[in-house]
Amino acid sequence: MIKCIVIDDEQMAREILAAMLADVKDVELVATFPDAIEAMKFLNKNQVDLIFLDIHMPSFTGFDFVQTIKNLPQVVFVTMDENFAKDAFEYDCIVDYLVKPIQLDRFSRSIDRVFRKLNSNFKNDIQITDRVFKEKKGVSEIYVNINSRLIKIDLDTICSIQSQGDYINIKTTETNYVVHTQLKKIKEKLPVAQFLQIHRSHIINIDKIIDIQDNTVLIAKEIIPISKQNKTILMKYLNLL
Amino acid sequence: MKEIPNLEYINQLSKANLELKKRLITVLKTEFPNEVKIYETNMASYHYKEAAENVHKLKHKIALLGLEKGYDITRNFEEQLKKDRNESQGEFEKILINIKIFLDKL
Repeated sequence: MIKCIVIDDEQMAREILAAMLADVKDVELVATFPDAIEAMKFLNKNQVDLIFLDIHMPSFTGFDFVQTIKNLPQVVFVTMDENFAKDAFEYDCIVDYLVKPIQLDRFSRSIDRVFRKLNSNFKNDIQITDRVFKEKKGVSEIYVNINSRLIKIDLDTICSIQSQGDYINIKTTETNYVVHTQLKKIKEKLPVAQFLQIHRSHIINIDKIIDIQDNTVLIAKEIIPISKQNKTILMKYLNLL
Repeated sequence: MKEIPNLEYINQLSKANLELKKRLITVLKTEFPNEVKIYETNMASYHYKEAAENVHKLKHKIALLGLEKGYDITRNFEEQLKKDRNESQGEFEKILINIKIFLDKL
């Protein structure tokens, strides 16, 4: 069931949308609001999938609203102003743009569009979840070929991997393994949620970081350089206070 | 020739649901005079920018009552008010009277 709200300062507009939504299967209108501020308070405590949002409201417009709220659900703009359409689609969350008075057939097409968008987001979410699950849980070791022997290395024991010419040096908590391969090849086999290349010669296990200072990362007893761009990426991985 | 407001849009929306039709008409009859009152107060104080906001809101009701020419007049008037002008005030207010008479009969 898709949960939706309507935000419009005009009662007649809210009633019309409520009437239209009442005929739509799988969509539940959970609340209506005469102003955006009240809706924001509601959204702080409640989750919805869809918002029908009037653009032209006094003091706080629909555009102010979409610029203020983080992680907005799908939004259908509803307005008398056809001129705003181009600006409206600048925002990723905007699914459609309805001009008042809303015609029933146009409303139906809008709902179809919402369903398609939500369905596609759902599929993407599943794919991402699957990938993260496989990365997090499915891969826990890697086999490397050293002197014609396949040696199993537990990924959790790897601290870092360093490129050394035609070889890579896999540094674990117990020992080091020198393997004849390239850094980019092993990188493809590692879970992205756990391993990050922070320098052209270094991949690190994020779980093994002891500290980060300026442009270096301390892992085990090794200080590893990190480029400015990679540091920005690394910071996104961390649970920062 | 003067346009006559109609309930075609509300009828389409409510289909055979008389209760819904009644509710929509009640909202219309309640909200419209309030919006007109606020508009008149702003016009009397020469607060044209605020009045433009009121006209914008009234424009929806004018459109849903099927007043196509009335809608065009209202749209022009709204733009005038935004520029502190009011040439179409008389024409616009005739539309409001027209709607008031229509709603009073419902």
